[in-house]
Amino acid sequence: MIPLSHFLIVGGLLFAISIAGIFLNRKNVLIILMCIELMLLAVNINFISFSHYLQDMAGQVFVFFILTVAAAEAAIGLAILVVLFRNRGTINVEELDEMKG
Amino acid sequence: MNYSVATPEIFLLAATCGLLLLDLFLEKSNRFVTYVMAQVVLISTILLIVTRLSEPNSEAFNGMFVADQMASLLKISVLVIIMGVFVYSRDYLGKRSMFKGEFYTLGLFATLGMLIMISANTMLVIYLGLELMSLALYALVAFRRDDGRASEAAMKYFVLGAIASGLLLYGMSILYGLSGSIDLHGVATYVANENVMQNVVLLFGLTFIIAGLGFKFGAVPFHMWVPDVYQGAPTAVTMLIGTAPKLAVFAITIRLLVEGMEFGAAGWQQMLILLAVLSLIVGNIVAIAQTNIKRMLAYSTISHMGFILMGILSANEQGYSAAMFYAITYAITSLGGFAIIILLSREGFEAEELTDLKGLNDRHPWYAFMMLLFMFAMAGIPPLVGFYAKLAVLQAVLEANLLWLAIVAVVMSVIGAFYYLRAVKYMYFDKAKDEAPLEAHLGFTSLLSINGLLMLALGIFPGLLMGVCVEAVRMSLAT
Repeated sequence: MIPLSHFLIVGGLLFAISIAGIFLNRKNVLIILMCIELMLLAVNINFISFSHYLQDMAGQVFVFFILTVAAAEAAIGLAILVVLFRNRGTINVEELDEMKG
Repeated sequence: MNYSVATPEIFLLAATCGLLLLDLFLEKSNRFVTYVMAQVVLISTILLIVTRLSEPNSEAFNGMFVADQMASLLKISVLVIIMGVFVYSRDYLGKRSMFKGEFYTLGLFATLGMLIMISANTMLVIYLGLELMSLALYALVAFRRDDGRASEAAMKYFVLGAIASGLLLYGMSILYGLSGSIDLHGVATYVANENVMQNVVLLFGLTFIIAGLGFKFGAVPFHMWVPDVYQGAPTAVTMLIGTAPKLAVFAITIRLLVEGMEFGAAGWQQMLILLAVLSLIVGNIVAIAQTNIKRMLAYSTISHMGFILMGILSANEQGYSAAMFYAITYAITSLGGFAIIILLSREGFEAEELTDLKGLNDRHPWYAFMMLLFMFAMAGIPPLVGFYAKLAVLQAVLEANLLWLAIVAVVMSVIGAFYYLRAVKYMYFDKAKDEAPLEAHLGFTSLLSINGLLMLALGIFPGLLMGVCVEAVRMSLAT
């Protein structure tokens, strides 16, 4: 039997990796979108492990909703990415600096 | 089950889907019908809420959804503000070939998200409402597909908004693990039996929740997206983002922190103090350096969010009602402020710079007077409403024995008054560099006048709205 804390550590590590990925990545917007997905999946691991530990279904239902919303979010994110590429011809993070101040 | 509790939301959902279909069959020249129908839908939703006003607090969907006094007041405010946004933005959209059905359907879906956030009673519903609102708003920012700046702003808004949702969700997962319930009552029961300052895991989860809410509020240090989104988005969309969503975010903050974790106030009070002080300082000082009027209003929003947070962190009923009063009146004030920016723009010209306000008094004295009212209301100069709103928040902060915080807020408001007065100086004492006549349809002008005079009326008789806010908080949060 794997203890709860192991699952939580995996979830926490994945969450930390995704946040680090978003802030350290200076090259490609697509990688940011992948990091966002990873972040939501890390939360899902948390919810599922708690749900199993507590023997309570609510956490698993929550995960289904998060998965659905994540799909919608990815669709909107990619749509914005396409518009951005059409206007700018680049999806390099460092070149998204037209507005400053 | 008692579905009638959620009638306004169910109606809004059905009507928006209907509008989406109707719009498909309309010729381009009949697009006006979509606009009128959107307004009719909003009015009907308001009426549905009003008819339920006298009923006691009730829950539906197994306690997931709650309709109480606070929810009704905030929902009516949100709907009225969205109606105002639609009226103000009509000509703006028309002149930029953005007068499309999508603007109204996305706007209505965002409104539905806000209503759901306001009525949410479990963490799941809070998350779903938040996402419904945010996803519609991301799409609206990118609505002008050929504008590079708008798509850059949309990308930034999307990425930071998604991080905020992620942080909030991570916090919720911790709370769920601790309390064993996604229900806010369950969380409240758990927190009531714990000593927050000793419970490291609870504090850990709370930090994530506060960070997520801070992002959505646009409070420093989570404010990076606010200026860029305000500047990059089309002004009509900026107006939508800068007004009603603040009320919805206020509502989920109250639900999560007060209804869910009132006994953990010792924990979140400290964190909110940090956010509020930083927002007041950064917002007011950086706004002085701005030359772009939309960016200036963005930093001004950040400082106002600091005030709203101050009301919440007082952790007493007076503070919650003062924060609610502040949020509602601020949303109405900034609605008017953005309306003036829309008014100054015309086909092929976007009023972006602060200097575009120059000589507004010579061009149109009445509009200049309205802008004066909005600027004074934001600065908090009596007898306008901003003064009373700030006063009420400060009283609540003093009640919570945080004298130093009140002093910081007052000093920062005085500094902030500078950039509002600078705008007024440009309007009244400088020569106009642009003499083009200002055109607006009758609806716009009359709504702008009502909006401006409301600043005065609410400032002179604040008791009317304040009484409603106090009553709503007392009825809804009494446990």
